Amino acid sequence: MESVTFDLAQGGVRSLNQFLHHGLDGRSLKVLVKNPDGAHSIAVGIDAPIEVEIDGHAGYYAAGMNKHASVTVRGNAGPGVAEGTMSGRVHVKGTASVAAGAAAHGGLLVIDGDASLRCGISMKGIDIVVGGSVGDYSGFMAQAGHIVVCGDAGHGLGDSLYEAVIYVRGAVRSFGADAREEPMTDADHATLARLLAAAGFAHDPRSFRRVASARSLYHWNADANQEY
Amino acid sequence: MCGIVGLMVKKPALREQLGALMVPMLVGMSERGPESAGLAVFTEPVGTDRRKLSLYAGGAAIDWRALEAAYRGTVDAGAGVDVQANHAVLTTAATPPQARAWLEEHHPAVFVLSTGRLIDLYKDIGTPAQIAARYGFERLQGTHLVGHTRMATESAVTPAHAHPFTAGEDFCLVHNGSLSNPYSIRRTLEPLGIHFDTDNDTEAACRFLEWRMREGDSLREALEQGLNELDGFFTFLMGTKDELALVRDAFSCKPAVVAETDDYVAIASEYRSLAHLPDARNAHIFEPMPEQIYLWKA
Repeated sequence: MESVTFDLAQGGVRSLNQFLHHGLDGRSLKVLVKNPDGAHSIAVGIDAPIEVEIDGHAGYYAAGMNKHASVTVRGNAGPGVAEGTMSGRVHVKGTASVAAGAAAHGGLLVIDGDASLRCGISMKGIDIVVGGSVGDYSGFMAQAGHIVVCGDAGHGLGDSLYEAVIYVRGAVRSFGADAREEPMTDADHATLARLLAAAGFAHDPRSFRRVASARSLYHWNADANQEY
Repeated sequence: MCGIVGLMVKKPALREQLGALMVPMLVGMSERGPESAGLAVFTEPVGTDRRKLSLYAGGAAIDWRALEAAYRGTVDAGAGVDVQANHAVLTTAATPPQARAWLEEHHPAVFVLSTGRLIDLYKDIGTPAQIAARYGFERLQGTHLVGHTRMATESAVTPAHAHPFTAGEDFCLVHNGSLSNPYSIRRTLEPLGIHFDTDNDTEAACRFLEWRMREGDSLREALEQGLNELDGFFTFLMGTKDELALVRDAFSCKPAVVAETDDYVAIASEYRSLAHLPDARNAHIFEPMPEQIYLWKA
C-alpha cells in the first residue's frame, strides 16, 4: 500500500486534514502522522477507506466524524476521540480522555487502556470496546450501539439510557437513573464475542454482565415528583 | 475556558531550568487563555526573619530606586527591591502588615501580589508569550511553579483578576472553571475579618482554603473541606512552600493531564503543553480522577 507521511512538527494539522479531504484521489493510502504532540482535530472528517496511524499522543477530537477509514492512535487520545463517527474503525493504543465516541452513529472504537468520564455519551450506533475501565456517567443518554467495558465502570453508568446496551466485566460503582442489570441472552453472548474478537480481546463473553434501560423514563410520570 | 500549568522538578540540578522548561507550557495554553496570564514560582527561601513581597505597578510610573531608598529610610534599612519591568520583589525584615501599610500610604498604585519566604508572583494582561517575555520567565529558577492563562467568563480582564490568586503566605491557586457559590463563601469568610481584593470567584476558593490551613488543616484536609463547600466547575492547581496540589470537581469538565518522570512532575490542561518536556511521550501520563486529591512534595 502506498504510504504518505505528515510531520505535524513541520506542517500543521490543517494541511494534513486538507490532504485527507481533497488529496486522496481515490487512492487507498496509509497515512502516517508524526509528532502529533497533543494537537487538536487530527484526521477528522475522513470519508475514504484509508489507514491513518498517529504516532504519539493526540489532542481533542482525534478521528472525529470518521467514515470508512481505519485510524490508529499510538498513544493517548484527548477529549472526544472518534466523536460523531459514521463508520470505520478507530483504535486508541493508550488511554482516552472524556467523551470518547460521543454521539457517534457507527463504526468501531477500540480503546486498549482506560476511558475517562462520559464514554459513549449520547452515542447513536457506534460500538465501543474499552480494554480498561470507564469513568463516571459513561453511556449517558446512549441511544444505540454497544459499550463493552473489560474493566470497571464508574458512577452513574448508563444514566438515562435509551436502547444502547452496555456489557461490563468488572465492578460498577453505581448505575445511573433507569439503567439496570439484565440477564445475558445467547444473542448477547454472540454480539459480545463478535465485538471482543473485532477489538482483539480474548475475554470470555460469559464473564460480562448486561446493562440496559429499564425504559421507565420513556414516558413522563407526573407522580414521580422528580425522584428517579 | 482557561489554561493551567504546573511544574515541579525532582532533582536540584533542574531548578535552574525551571523557567525554561515552563515557558513553552504556558505559551502552549495561549488558545485556552489569550488575554492574561501569570505564574507563581517557589524559589530558595529568604531567612526566617525576612519576607518577600511581589509588587505590581501596572501602568503607574514608579521610581523603584526612590521607593527602595524611602522604604529603607523609614521602615527597614536592610530591605532590597529587585525590579523586573513594572513588577518588583521587595525583601524585608519588616512584617508583611508593616510593609503593606507603608506601601498603601506612600505608593497606593502599587499592588501587593504575594507574600512569603519563597513565592514570587507575576501576573498581567497580554498574551502568555508577551507576559513571559516581559518578566523574563525563562530565567526563573526554583523547585516548583504554578501558572495560568486566562479567558475570562465571570469577571473583568484586569491584572488583579488574573491568576494565580494568593492568600496568606507562600500559597497560591489557579483555577480553570467557574464557581457557582463564591458569594456565599465570601459571606462566610468576611465576618471572620478576611479581606477580598476582587470580586473574582477564584479568590473565594483561594481564601477559603488558606483560611482552613490557618485554622490548622493540612492542605489535604483543606481540600477535603473545599470539595464539600465549593460548588461549581473546577480544576484547581495549588502551590505551597513545598507542595503542588491538584483537584477536579465531580464532573471533571475542565481538563487536566499529568506527566511524571524521575526528573519532574508536570501538569497542564492539555498534553500539547507537555509534549516538549524531556521524554514526555514515555512519561507516566494520566488524567486526574474526579474529586481525588493529588499532592506532590518538593
